Amino acid sequence: MIAGIDIGSRSIEAVVLEGDTVVFSKKIPTTFDPLKQCRELFLEINVPHVVATGYGRNLLAESGLHPDVQTVTEIQAYALGAKAIHPEVRTILDIGGQDTKAISLFANGKTAKFEMNDRCAAGTGKFLEFMATALQIPIEEFGDFALQGTRCPVINSMCTVFAETEAVSLMARGESPANIALGLHQAIVNRTKSMLIRVGVEYPLVFAGGVARNKCVVNQLKTLLDGDIIIPENPDLVGARGAAEWGRKKLNV
Amino acid sequence: MSKPESFETLATYKSRSLPLIDEAKEHGSKVAGLFCVYAPTELMYAAGIIPVGLCGKNQTPIPAAERDLPANLCPLIKSSYGYGITDSCPFFAASDFIVGETTCDGKKKMYELLNRIKPVHLMHLPYTQKDEASLSFWTEELHRLAAFLEKKSGHVITEEHLLQEIHLHNQVRKQLLRITTTGQAPVPPLSALDMLSVTETKSFVVDMQEYLGKITLLADDLETMVASQKPDSRATGPRILYTGCPTGKGSEKVLRILEECGALVPVQEHCSSLKDFAALVDESDPDPYHALAKRYLSTPCSCMTPNTGRLDLISQLIADYAIDGVVDLTWQCCHTYNVESFSLREHVEQNHGLPFLHIETDYSQSDTEQLRTRIEAFLEMLG
Repeated sequence: MIAGIDIGSRSIEAVVLEGDTVVFSKKIPTTFDPLKQCRELFLEINVPHVVATGYGRNLLAESGLHPDVQTVTEIQAYALGAKAIHPEVRTILDIGGQDTKAISLFANGKTAKFEMNDRCAAGTGKFLEFMATALQIPIEEFGDFALQGTRCPVINSMCTVFAETEAVSLMARGESPANIALGLHQAIVNRTKSMLIRVGVEYPLVFAGGVARNKCVVNQLKTLLDGDIIIPENPDLVGARGAAEWGRKKLNV
Repeated sequence: MSKPESFETLATYKSRSLPLIDEAKEHGSKVAGLFCVYAPTELMYAAGIIPVGLCGKNQTPIPAAERDLPANLCPLIKSSYGYGITDSCPFFAASDFIVGETTCDGKKKMYELLNRIKPVHLMHLPYTQKDEASLSFWTEELHRLAAFLEKKSGHVITEEHLLQEIHLHNQVRKQLLRITTTGQAPVPPLSALDMLSVTETKSFVVDMQEYLGKITLLADDLETMVASQKPDSRATGPRILYTGCPTGKGSEKVLRILEECGALVPVQEHCSSLKDFAALVDESDPDPYHALAKRYLSTPCSCMTPNTGRLDLISQLIADYAIDGVVDLTWQCCHTYNVESFSLREHVEQNHGLPFLHIETDYSQSDTEQLRTRIEAFLEMLG
C-alpha cells in the first residue's frame, strides 16, 4: 500500500492505493498548521510508503512524521493522476486554491510543456473565494449563483484587488450581483484559456482541482474550448492520486 | 571535489580589490563606474583609469530606489540606482564618474537621475549590429568616450598604449574562456555559483597583468582537475544551459535553486559570463577604434534587433556543453529579453529538440518556493 498526500494552500488530500485501487481518500483543510493536520491524517493512514506533493511536500518530507516520505512536484503528480483516471488524457488543467497549472502531455504520457501562475494567486480558487465573500455568497454556491446571470459584463482585471474595484463600479452602475459573478467567472476562464493555449491544447482535457467543482467555470470553459473536457468524480484528489501512482511505479508496489 | 587554491584567490578577489582601488586613487588614478559590458574597458585602462562594475544585483537598495523610480521597473535598474542614492556601495563611492550606455529605455532615463549624483558620460548605442552606419556611429562614440576619458584623467590615450591594452584584454578573455570551457567536462570542476564568482571578478580589476596571472593559474588548475578525472566519471543531474538577463552574486537565486534541485549548470550565457568575453578584438585591424567598435557592437544583447548572434551562441553552447535543457531568465520589466524569449524558445525547441523553461522574476526571495516547484517540474521532465 502507498499513500499520496497533496498538501495544497487550502486543502490537504490523501489517497491510499492498494495495487491500482483507491482504498482510502480524504480531504481536510490545510489550516496554518499543515503538519498537525498531517499528523492526524497518519492516525487514519498506516502505510509503509508516502509520496508528498503540493507546496507543503518538502515540509512533510523533512518533518519526520513518517519514516518514508518521497516528494514529487504537482506537475508530475497531476499528469500521473489524470492519466490514471483517464488514460487517454492529453492536457490537464488544474485550478487550485493558490495556483493554476496547465500541462500538456505527449501521447506516451510524458510531460511535454507546462505553465503555472507564479507568485500571484490571481485567477485561482482564491480569486473566486475572495469575490464570493465580496458578494456575500457561500463559495460552494458561487458557481450556481453566477449561472443565474443573464448578461456577462467584461471584467478586465485579473488582480483580485483590482477586480473587486471593477465589481464595485459595476454594482454602482446597477449591474446585478449574478451578472457580476458571471463576469468574474468569465475573467478566470479567459485567463485559463490563454494559459492552455501556451502549452498547446490537445483533447481530451482533464480539468482537476477544487475549482473544477464550480459549474459556472466548467460551463464557460466548455463554451470556450471545442473539445472533450473531462471532470473527474473527485477533481481535488487528482494530485494525491498522482503522487501515489508515482510511488507505485517507482517502488514497484 | 576540493577547490584549488587559485580558486579561493579569485573568490575573494572583489573584496581585496577595494583597498587597491583606494591606493590607486591616492596616486591620482581616476575610477570609472560601469553598468554594462558594452563599455570598452581597453580605452579606460589605456587612459590610466580603473573601471569598476556598479551594476546592482541586490535587493537591499531597491526600496530606497522606489522613492524616485516606479516600482514596476527592472530590479537591476532599481538596485543600481538605489546603491547610488543610498551611498551604500563602496565601488560607487570610489567612482569619479559613470560611463553608461543607452541599452534600454529604463536605464537611459535612470542615468539622467544618476547624473545628479555623479557625472555620467552616456554612450549612444545603435540598436542594430549589421550595417556600416551603425558601426561607424559606434566608432565615433568610442572616439567621443576617449576624448572624455582623456579629459578626466589628464592622460592621452596613445595608440601604443591602446594596442597593448587590446592585446592584454584578449589574453584575459582567452583565459576566462579556458576556465569556462572546463564546464564541458563530464564532471565540471566548478559549480555554477563558483563559476559565477570567478567570471564576475573581471569587473573589479586594478592591475590587469596581475589578474591575467591569477586566472591563468586557475585555468591551469581546472584543466588539470579535468584531465585527472576517471574516463568514465559522469556527474549526475541534467545539464542545463542558463541564459538571459545579467546575473551576479546577489541575484543568483534561479541558478542557486537549479543547483539545489540537482541540476548541473555547466555553462551560463549572460553579462557576467560569456557575453563579456566570448568575442575577441581583431588585433590585425589597422584601426584599433574600428576593431574595438566592431567587437563591442557584436555583443549579443537583446537590446539589439535582430539579435541572431545570441541564437548562434546558444546553438554552439548546446553542442559544446552537451546540454539537456535551457533555462532563460528574465528580470521583471526587461521587455527586450522578455519578448526575445519567444524566439529563443522556438529556436531551442525546434532546432535542438530541447525543453525550455522561461522564468520571469525579480531580486526578492518571495517566490522562491514557487520557482522551486517550476524548476523541479522542469527537471523531472528531463529525467
